[in-house]
Amino acid sequence: MIWETVRLAIQAIFRNALRSILTVLGIVIGVAAVIAMVTVGQGSSDQVTADVEKLGTNVLMVLPGAGRMGPGNNSVSAALEMRDIKALIDQLSSVRTAAPYNQTTLNAVYGTEDTRTSVAGTDARYLDVVDWPVVLGRSFLPTEENSGRAVCIIGETVRQELFGNTNPVGETVRLKNVACDVIGLLEAKGASSFGTDQDDIVLMPIKAFQRRVTGSTDISMIYVAASESVSTDRAVVDIEMLMRERRRIGDGEEDDFNVRDMKQLASMLTGITNVLTGLLSAVAAVSLLVGGIGIMNIMLVSVTERTREIGIRLAVGATANQVLLQFLVEAIVLSMIGGIVGILLGLGLAAVAANIMVIPFSPNPAIVAIAFLFSAAVGVIFGYFPARRAARMDPIEALRHQ
Amino acid sequence: MADDTPVIDLRDVTKIYGHGEAEVRAMDGVNLTVAPGEFVALMGPSGSGKSTAMNMIGCLDSPTSGDYLFNGVHVGALDQTQRALLRRNYLGFVFQGFNLLARTSALDNVELPLIYKGLPAAERREQALDALDKVGLKGREHHDPSELSGGQQQRVAIARALVGDPQLILADEPTGNLDTKRSLEIMELLDKLNADEKITIVMVTHEEDMAAFAHRVIWMVDGRVERSGSHDEVFNHERRGS
Ligand SMILES: Nc1ncnc2c1ncn2[C@@H]1O[C@H](COP(=O)(O)OP(=O)(O)OP(=O)(O)O)[C@@H](O)[C@H]1O
Ligand SMILES: [Mg+2]
Repeated sequence: MIWETVRLAIQAIFRNALRSILTVLGIVIGVAAVIAMVTVGQGSSDQVTADVEKLGTNVLMVLPGAGRMGPGNNSVSAALEMRDIKALIDQLSSVRTAAPYNQTTLNAVYGTEDTRTSVAGTDARYLDVVDWPVVLGRSFLPTEENSGRAVCIIGETVRQELFGNTNPVGETVRLKNVACDVIGLLEAKGASSFGTDQDDIVLMPIKAFQRRVTGSTDISMIYVAASESVSTDRAVVDIEMLMRERRRIGDGEEDDFNVRDMKQLASMLTGITNVLTGLLSAVAAVSLLVGGIGIMNIMLVSVTERTREIGIRLAVGATANQVLLQFLVEAIVLSMIGGIVGILLGLGLAAVAANIMVIPFSPNPAIVAIAFLFSAAVGVIFGYFPARRAARMDPIEALRHQ
Repeated sequence: MADDTPVIDLRDVTKIYGHGEAEVRAMDGVNLTVAPGEFVALMGPSGSGKSTAMNMIGCLDSPTSGDYLFNGVHVGALDQTQRALLRRNYLGFVFQGFNLLARTSALDNVELPLIYKGLPAAERREQALDALDKVGLKGREHHDPSELSGGQQQRVAIARALVGDPQLILADEPTGNLDTKRSLEIMELLDKLNADEKITIVMVTHEEDMAAFAHRVIWMVDGRVERSGSHDEVFNHERRGS
């Protein structure tokens, strides 16, 4: 009997296709919105996690300045030095390697082409810390690092801007007034989870950068790779102790430097993404509710429109419960169809969005299942009232209805 | 059931619509019995309470006062669901306006009562095809009502009334929307069902020619049964009276 009822419901739904489409539009849009939001949100979370993993979860950054992140931090504190890097590597077993990193933005010029790009002073160890291979040419040689010779390794975006698809190695680019020989090309990385293009970069040896570009021997940041064998938390503690000692910070005093863990940064970013996803999904869920009210509305109209049909059914021996069940099943089947269409539409939208945003397409089966059940529940809740109205009709009145 | 138990037994049935000034006595102390196998025509001027009586007999309505016994069972004591079951198992309806489901094939229309009986699909189909055959609509099973003539639509409605193997068919002005030729065909069909299948028939009609098919004519005026007897008795009296 229940299959019969479902079959009848499907028949009734297709007998009036246009009305059915209008009825479920709200559900379709609501479900599609929720699914698309959650899937895109999940995708960008996954992207952040993947980025951090690519960067290495054991990567730490040491920066001068008080411990807190963010604004209101204007205390002047001593810069970092090359000797700090040597000390970190030599004295701490929890530090595998470390590299300086100073950054600025400059115009890079090659022939008639020019592009504004990030220029960083560092050394070969940086590529080790962040695990970034050179795909054409080579990395810095110790002699180049020590002599202060102007050589550089460029990112894929800079190559495209200045050289197109040709081999840049051996060419000379001008950075400010410095003629710089290109010795290598970095592997393309794409956009970071912060949205910046990581390939829009020129790396120089730190010494050359200090002398020719900034004219100061300060180090503004140290990248540290923690040893594989220890936890990053342990490495953070070790680095903090050593740096306090080196910078002669007394026992009750606050740090005048800051050790950042990429994992913290990642979880902060994922946190923001999750909150945003949650908020948008809540808005979308409200639209599902509105969709449910839409179903009720049109089911009520449908019940009125089909008064005569209900009268006929009652006259040929349908019980009130059978009529109730029929309309209820119709509402449920209708909203489940809406749910399925919405899920497919939502996944489609998410796939397109993921493609455009260059993030992974991460459909979540649990959310899909919940959306489906929710749409069925909407059918039950908002289909009940119209169905009850149908079941309570007086057969004589119903038969007389025009 | 004993043979002498009437199918229909209305005892002093009154039906009042509205209150006070607007009160209408659609049925006013109607006493009426119909024996199994009878073919009865219910006649009378417009507003005399024929349709009200049919609804009462069809267990679609309940009396304001008085009793209705169907096969000796007090219908007043049945709840809504039991009445639906009674309609399903013992009654068939034929209406003036055919009352077929639109955009639904003749076959599906005829199957409708069997769906509520819970018959499996194959059996439903077989019985519905059989009923359509009986009313002479073989080959029209898959036509929509909109693709059928009035006479054919009424045949579908009769097939639907017939398919559940009812004891009683109630037809309220079954030929009211048809021309004389089609009307006579429908009457012949009803007459045949009454004769061959032993189905009791109560029919409302305004036309003497149609009433002539019935064994007995009941003449209602103002909610009361004024006369009951053979076609000739009732109409000779009417003619003398007018
Ligand atoms: N639901 C109702 N509410 C109020 N009055 C009603 C209702 N149904 C019928 N009546 C009244 O009851 C009386 C009998 O109506 P009924 O429909 O039984 O007449 P009828 O003999 O079938 O007439 P007709 O030949 O025109 O079909 C009429 O006066 C009608 O107006
Ligand atoms: Mg009438």
